[in-house]
Amino acid sequence: MAGGLAHPRTLEYTDRDPQGPVPQEAELTAGHRVESGRSYGFFTDTTLCIGCKACEVACKEWNNLPADQPGLTGQSYDNTGRLGAHSWRHVTFLERGARATSMPPFQSNWLMMSDVCKHCDPAPCLEACPTGALFRTEFDTVVVQQDICNGCGYCVPACPFGVVELAKEDGKAHKCTLCYDRLKGGLEPACAKSCPTDSIQFGPVEALQQRAAARVEELEAQGQTAAYLYGTPGGPGATGGIRRLNAFFLLTDRPERYNLPPAPSRPSRNARPSFLAGLATMAGLAVAAALIGVGRR
Amino acid sequence: MPSLGATFGRGAATLPQWDLANSDCVLVMGSNMAENHPIAFRFVMQAKQRGATVIHADPRFTRTSAMADIYAPLRAGSDIAFLGGIINHLLQNDLWFREFALPYTNLSTIVGEDYRGPGELGGYFSGWNAEGRRYSPESWQYDGVVVPSSLAEGYVEIEGFAEATRRLHEGPTPKDPTLQHPSCVYQILKRHFARYTPEMVEQVTGCPREVFLKVADAMARNSGRERTGAICYAVGWNHHTKGAQIIRTGAILQALLGNVGRPGAGLLALRGHTSIQGSTDIATLYDLLPGYLPQPHAFRPHHTLEDYLKVETSPTGWWNNFPKYYVSLLRAFYGAQATPENGRGHDLLPRIVGDHSQLPLTVAMANGVIKGLFVMGQNPVVGGSNSKLVQRGLAQLDWLVVRDIAETDTATFWRDGHLVRDGEMRPEDIGTEVFLMPGSLSGEKAGSFTNTHRLLQWHDKVVAGPGDSRSELWFTYHLGRRLQELYRASTREEDAPIRSLLWDYPVDEEGEPDAEAVLREINGYTWPEREQLASFNDLKSDGSTACGCWIYGGVFPQPGRNLARARKPDGPEGPGTHLGWGFAWPDNRRTLNNRASADPEGRPWSERKRLVWWDETKGEWQSPDQIDFVKTKRPDYEPDWSKRPAGMDALSGTQPFIMIPDGVAGIFVPSGLKDGPLPEHYEPTETPVRNAFHPGVEGNPPAKRWAHDLNPIAAPGDPRYPHVLTTYRLTEHHSGGTPTRIVPTTAELQPEGFCEIPTELARELGLRSTDWVVLSTPRGEIETRALVTDRLRPFRLGERRVFQLGLPWHYGWAGMATGDVANVLTAVVGDPNTGMHENKALTCALRPGRLARRGGQG
Repeated sequence: MAGGLAHPRTLEYTDRDPQGPVPQEAELTAGHRVESGRSYGFFTDTTLCIGCKACEVACKEWNNLPADQPGLTGQSYDNTGRLGAHSWRHVTFLERGARATSMPPFQSNWLMMSDVCKHCDPAPCLEACPTGALFRTEFDTVVVQQDICNGCGYCVPACPFGVVELAKEDGKAHKCTLCYDRLKGGLEPACAKSCPTDSIQFGPVEALQQRAAARVEELEAQGQTAAYLYGTPGGPGATGGIRRLNAFFLLTDRPERYNLPPAPSRPSRNARPSFLAGLATMAGLAVAAALIGVGRR
Repeated sequence: MPSLGATFGRGAATLPQWDLANSDCVLVMGSNMAENHPIAFRFVMQAKQRGATVIHADPRFTRTSAMADIYAPLRAGSDIAFLGGIINHLLQNDLWFREFALPYTNLSTIVGEDYRGPGELGGYFSGWNAEGRRYSPESWQYDGVVVPSSLAEGYVEIEGFAEATRRLHEGPTPKDPTLQHPSCVYQILKRHFARYTPEMVEQVTGCPREVFLKVADAMARNSGRERTGAICYAVGWNHHTKGAQIIRTGAILQALLGNVGRPGAGLLALRGHTSIQGSTDIATLYDLLPGYLPQPHAFRPHHTLEDYLKVETSPTGWWNNFPKYYVSLLRAFYGAQATPENGRGHDLLPRIVGDHSQLPLTVAMANGVIKGLFVMGQNPVVGGSNSKLVQRGLAQLDWLVVRDIAETDTATFWRDGHLVRDGEMRPEDIGTEVFLMPGSLSGEKAGSFTNTHRLLQWHDKVVAGPGDSRSELWFTYHLGRRLQELYRASTREEDAPIRSLLWDYPVDEEGEPDAEAVLREINGYTWPEREQLASFNDLKSDGSTACGCWIYGGVFPQPGRNLARARKPDGPEGPGTHLGWGFAWPDNRRTLNNRASADPEGRPWSERKRLVWWDETKGEWQSPDQIDFVKTKRPDYEPDWSKRPAGMDALSGTQPFIMIPDGVAGIFVPSGLKDGPLPEHYEPTETPVRNAFHPGVEGNPPAKRWAHDLNPIAAPGDPRYPHVLTTYRLTEHHSGGTPTRIVPTTAELQPEGFCEIPTELARELGLRSTDWVVLSTPRGEIETRALVTDRLRPFRLGERRVFQLGLPWHYGWAGMATGDVANVLTAVVGDPNTGMHENKALTCALRPGRLARRGGQG
């Protein structure tokens, strides 16, 4: 038989009081310690996703989010519809060639992807926030502070992924915090911990990126040649001034099929050209006005 | 689980779920594993990451299919034809693992010459009694010797049964190792399955020939010394009138491929609830006592203790220990009241008189025979077959006690149910007094779960339940205590059992019994000292030991040492058997029949698949697992037949299936099954097509049927019900729906009932997703929403094109996620062995629109 599955440090705790807290539990459950000053994120490997939605439930339970209850949508098995103020994880379902009998290894022909806030670097929502309610944490994640948010909503159109939403209840912006409170306690985020097939993996972004690159190669070797990463530096998803997505994805079809933009960009990138264009226009108008004035005189 | 019991000796999963990671090929069939067992499916994904082939054979393309390399579509109810075709392919092309199957199965055993198969007798096995609609198994016996069943019910109705089995003391069963004898099991098997040609498979199952052959080849390729494959199945195999035989077909396949008792090999019976395995072990079934001992039967030779032990004790194999387990159980039940005068308590045990399982219970309720019903952790209005018959039955009761965590559909049948909705009864006409008692959730009480692979895991109480909610243990204990109080003064003989019950569990200040005290009794202790026993090997048949369930012996070997609490996994360098995590019955063995992981000489079949081996210098078997064999029995041990050996002494060192009286896996099962020694394809009770194997013998001949006005059955091929209907579960909901339909975060995931309809049929009917549709069967009609999808496909069966519809059965009117009750459509028909219903394959009609409401309820 093959070796055991538990993290070596698990054994330190098995003989002790099981009621006692485990410091840095994330090391046992995700294989990584959580330390401030490092970048953390998610690697969501869609080829391992079975669409069980445990991530959606774990997220709502931990973050105490209400159910939206939109009712039966008729869109495959997706009944929560989209990411929003109350849905910080959302599993997209796409039936594509479900009559096949031979398929590439791992998920195919019925695509499922657990979508989440990308915790972009740099983050357009944060750049658009006039109050400083949106900030970058010591874990390099992007979090809204509801007590500071004034509900202006600038962050909503700024997000190229449609993640941030104002809640009807309080009029303020809400989105995934990458379980900021859990990270502070050394715990793995709720969605990643609940994922039964490790489709959602949590860890330091660089380590996840390495793992993801190896996974793409491994899939290729096994016959899944369509796999690619979305949101790693230089790749699709990390475009238009966004250097990388701290929550990135392994996909096997075009981004649009998963409801992801093929080439997202930072609205703020348009600010300097717009500003300069505006200045130029004003300068032009001033010159024209001066000339007209001169002409009249 | 009689199929695994009859084939391998124990009715339970043969491997731990994490061992699936060591598999080279995983066939998931009769199960939507990714959706309904996502945690276990994790290990399939691990196997996949190590390069295994994953196959899903199913009527629907599900979230499991999406993860598979090969998806084999097949019509619901055609599993035996599919698997039988694979067996035929293996035998015709000599692709089976001969070195394994020849010594370790009964392939070479010679069957009596009177045996005839359904290919020779027009669809029936020999021994068919048309009048009684049952088989006599006399002609299925081995040549000259009767081998009792290894199932709970060892006794077989054959004249001179007990004497005929005594021949097992005299020598081995008759064998022809050359496999040439026309009546040896190999030849019978080959003849039997020769009819399962690829053409026949395609015609019956609708699965394209090339897909089916690809599956067969993948399984064959991943067997032998170096490689193993596993099969995972769930109720998609059980819920048929031939469910036991479907599982048997899978078991035969694995026995032929050498896929049992070895790493990454076996049959994983996936159980639907957290402790369904445990409830079978501790005997919620009417005909079982704890530990798979048969409940005494009024019409069998069970009258006295001696009679009972005589027919139920196997002369050879492990079950020869039967008297120790039974007498110890009686001591645990009755304590000091179990005396030599009352057969050590045997005379106190109630007798069964027939089939008392859920389906006949439903009919008896509807007929007014049953007056009161306890419903605990179940929602029969949603989950029971023929829901309107169930509701009619509930309406006939004097009283109904529902214990649950919320007001279930069953508790409100009198107000919101179909009788009222359809205008058949008004609430004021229903006289049933309903008591709703709040139950507690698992975190609100202590106890154990026994999971799908026989693993006991203890859980503590972490928080007090709200309000008046109580544990099942609390309720049952105090109910028993109060009943005993009521009968204390009675002198009537029929009240003696309840007065004699040993019912002295310690309780805390809130009256909650100590769950560990119950586990200590289940483990076993000496009598009357009550000192805990280390294992079931310490049990005695003289009344000096008590044991609540012998197979759990050793779970609590010393005071303060509850092994179900153990939480020590193997580290990354460990062997991966995780013997320190929980406790698996029997004796903490993780892989059953693991002697078979070594060759007859005791060497591992290969280094890659090493698990158990014989160590000549130590003179005992070695393994990182607990050994499911006599630890010191040499591989070359042969019984000394001159001494008339009994029990384990009569099994040789090369017979790994110790629960079976002749020590080998039963490819051909001479006794114990009621519908044949080999599996044969029969159509479901309701089917759109004739049986291509035997036109005229459509369904499984001895399948159970109960005639009732409210339970009409559509005739095979009835044009009014042209579509095949299969019911199933979704990952988002739990069975009868109570725990998930009342919770907003799970309710919103699948908020409403629906019916999956293939695109072609939807086009014909002009249907789009979320349109209303009405489904009907002879039992009733329901309305639900359409979900049009390519994941269901039309099947071409010969000349016919058949559509298949899929219907989740979680829904009812209670809670937030609601929908009509799928089981209004299903019938009360049952498997002849288990009484299991047939909700995976029936026929129905479909039309667009909604139902007219007669009862005024919305």
